[in-house]
Formats: sequence, C-alpha cells, structure tokens
Amino acid sequence: MPSITYISNSGESRTVTVDSGVTIMQAAVRNGVPGIVADCGGECQCATCHVYVDPKFLGLLKPAAEDEDAMLALTASERKDNSRLACQLVLTDALEGIVVTTPPIQQ
Amino acid sequence: MDRGVVIVGAGQAGFQTALSLRNEGYAGKIALIDDEGRVPYARPPLSKAYLKGTATAESLEYRPAEFFVQQSLDLVLNDPAVEIDRGRQTVALRSGRELEWSSLVLATGAHVRRLPSLGKEPSYLRTFADSESLRSHLSGSGSLLAIGCGFIGLEAAAAARAQGKQVRVIGAEARLMGRAVSPFISAWFHALHERHGVEIQLNTAVQGVSETSAVLPDGTVETADTVVVGIGVIPNTELAAKANLAVSGGIVTDSYLRTTDPAIFAVGDCAMHPNVYAGGLTRIESVQNAADHARAVASTISGRPKEYRQVPWFWTEQFEAKLQIAGLAVEADETEVKGDPESGKFSVYSYKAGKLKFVESVNQPAAHIAARKLLEI
Repeated sequence: MPSITYISNSGESRTVTVDSGVTIMQAAVRNGVPGIVADCGGECQCATCHVYVDPKFLGLLKPAAEDEDAMLALTASERKDNSRLACQLVLTDALEGIVVTTPPIQQ
Repeated sequence: MDRGVVIVGAGQAGFQTALSLRNEGYAGKIALIDDEGRVPYARPPLSKAYLKGTATAESLEYRPAEFFVQQSLDLVLNDPAVEIDRGRQTVALRSGRELEWSSLVLATGAHVRRLPSLGKEPSYLRTFADSESLRSHLSGSGSLLAIGCGFIGLEAAAAARAQGKQVRVIGAEARLMGRAVSPFISAWFHALHERHGVEIQLNTAVQGVSETSAVLPDGTVETADTVVVGIGVIPNTELAAKANLAVSGGIVTDSYLRTTDPAIFAVGDCAMHPNVYAGGLTRIESVQNAADHARAVASTISGRPKEYRQVPWFWTEQFEAKLQIAGLAVEADETEVKGDPESGKFSVYSYKAGKLKFVESVNQPAAHIAARKLLEI
C-alpha cells in the first residue's frame, strides 16, 4: 500500500494511500486530487496527466517509453527533465512516499 | 438570473463539459443526466483492455461518485431526458422530474446500428453493459464471429484472438476501416490480422444475425459460439428534433457548437458541426472530438466564447499495432510512406492537391505528435 504526495502548483499538498499496481493518475482521480485531468482515461493519448516527479524518486521509475516520451512533447505546461505522464507510472511499494507536483495547467 | 446548465448525456462529451465548466470557474448549478445507471466512464477500453480482461470496471470511471458531490455536480442517473421545452427553458425527465436551465448542452451520443435479428440478439458494443456481456459470452466460447470491419469489429477480433479464440471477421466494405484510413493502412492491418490467424471476408453484407449465427447474401449461414456486431452508430437526435432544432445527420451547430437555439449546444458524437479540417459540416465519433467540443462549450458558457477548431485525432490498438491518426481521411492523390512497414513502425502521409491532409502512424508516436502540430490550420 504505497502512499503518494501530490503538491499543487500553488503549494498545497495531499497524500493518499493506494494499492500497488494503481497508476499515479488513477490514484489522483479516485481520490479527487485536483490538477490531473486524464482525458483519455490512461491510454497515453492526451498528455493531460502531466506531473513533475521529485528528483529523488526519478531514478526509481522506469524510463519513459517511446509513446510517453512523444506525448510529453504535447504537455500544456513546460516539459522539464522530471516531467512524466502519471498514467504511465505504476505505484509499487518501492515507490513508497513518492512526491509529484502538478503543473500550472494541463490543457 | 442564471438558472444553471443542464447536460443531457454523461459520456465523454457530457462528463467533460461538466468538468470543464467547473475548471473554468463556472459556479452555477450543473446537472448531468444519463439514461445509464453507472457513474460516467471511459468507452475506449470497452473494445480493448476491458474486453481482454486487463482493465477493471473501477479503472474505467472518470471520477468516483464522491467527486460529483464535492464539485456540486447533480449527477442524475437512470433517468433519460424525454422532452425539451425551449420557451420555458426546461427539460423533462422520464421520472417526471423537470430541470430548468439557462444553457442546455446536448451530449446525447449515438446508438448502435443493428442488423435484423433472427432469434436471440447477438452482442453489440457501445456501453459498459455491452462489453461486460460480450466478455462473459467470450469466456465460455471457442470462437467469435465479428460482423463489421471498422475499429470496433477489429478491436474485438484482436482481443478475442489474443485470448486464443478462433476468430472470423465479415465486413460489408471492400477494405478494413475504409471510412477512416488509407488503402495502405487497410492492407497492412489486413495482413496483420491474417498473420495472427484471423479469417477475413470482405464485400459481404450480412443480412441477419442471431446470438450464434449470421446469414450471408447468398443464404449461407455462418455460426460461431459468440457473434458481435460493430457496423457503426446512429446519432441520438430525437430529443433535438422534437424540440424543432435543426437536425441533419446529427444535431446541426455553428462553429461555437450552438444549435439553432443559441441557448442550446450540441457536443460530441451527436453534433453535426462545422469542422475546418473537413472543410464543412461533419460529425466525428472520437475521444478528441468529444473532449475538445466540451472544452469549447464550457468556455463559451463561462463567458469566454470559443470557436471549435482542433485537429482531429484517433487511435486504435489491434494486436501489437497501435495506430494513431491525425487529420481526417480523404481520398488522397499522393501518399508517402516513411519508416519500415515490415518492422511495424511507419507512418503514411496522405496529400490532396499538394496539401498534407492526414497522417497515420503505426507504433510511431513521435511522428503522430509531430503530425498533429503539422496539420494545424
């Protein structure tokens, strides 16, 4: 049951705990965390679940696959080195305590 | 005084309209009405991951039920709208309940086209219940007969084949996905399906169906443990027509997605809208079209009028191929293939009168994203 903390663009933070196997996008959507839109429902098609991952945790994530990397070119907010699409990030116990920041806008 | 917004239909377009209105800061009343009994859910996985069993029902929900309460969205389920009173600006529901509005958004979607039934109905694929029923039918089946060679029929065929079922596809058209893709892509997917052991029969208009059979034009009866029909949809326009709004192959709108009544909008599958990429009025069934229509209308209702003019895009997944399409398919006079079709990573660029009209990318997401930008008018 990993926990994850979302920090909004204005600095408010929310921590939720979910089952392993749930994506960072699903964890946000199911818990009503604002700032993640996820138009396409997690199909890596819309770039509206963009997050900035706390650099401390970046190395624990699988690198972005080709489709995620391509879609990151379409984010509405600036793409940074720690930009990822939350629908592609599956939570596991190894990621316990991960922190992501949601961008100013998603679309 | 603002009497609020009523949204008829809680599919992708209706749900997104409600969400975007709140995101735009709209603080008035919002009611989201649906004839189904489920919290709004995503449909694309119904013919893909959900059918294959790799997605759960919960994962399809756009938001949990509490979200609608938190956002003060009045989610009215199992209670379809039956009549619009334009003069009084109200809509009546089947239960007898009446809702008032200052803006009405018709996101009524579409329903499946059916074939004449020769007994027990075959499976169709549009709603969650449809997908669940097909999934359970398939689990006890050794074979699937898919009628229709568009996205739905082929995605269902691929999902069933991936589960080891014997699969046959019968289509009325001359090539796969003929309405939406180039001949090159049709041929490539034809070979893909055959390579995976799917039998395909084209140019065959099925005359009638049952739960386990289909009758061909020559009278032959084909049988399978499960039959699924995916031969397109018909827009839900009855409510609009009854209210004397212009309807012609869809609910007719202007570039702001306003119907012939300026207080009533139409979005998503049901909207026959001016589309700059079609060069005229068209109706498009896609996630992109639904979501972008919704955003434009939410902005307009919130006091920032916004014309709809987004690049259309689509996707489908069949076996190991993810096809992404940017732009609208037309009969091209020039096509260019980049990449390597043999290896399954390539894109097809289609031109008409020297202008790039649409780009189809197979397992080449970066080319697809670049194409969406390249095509912007």
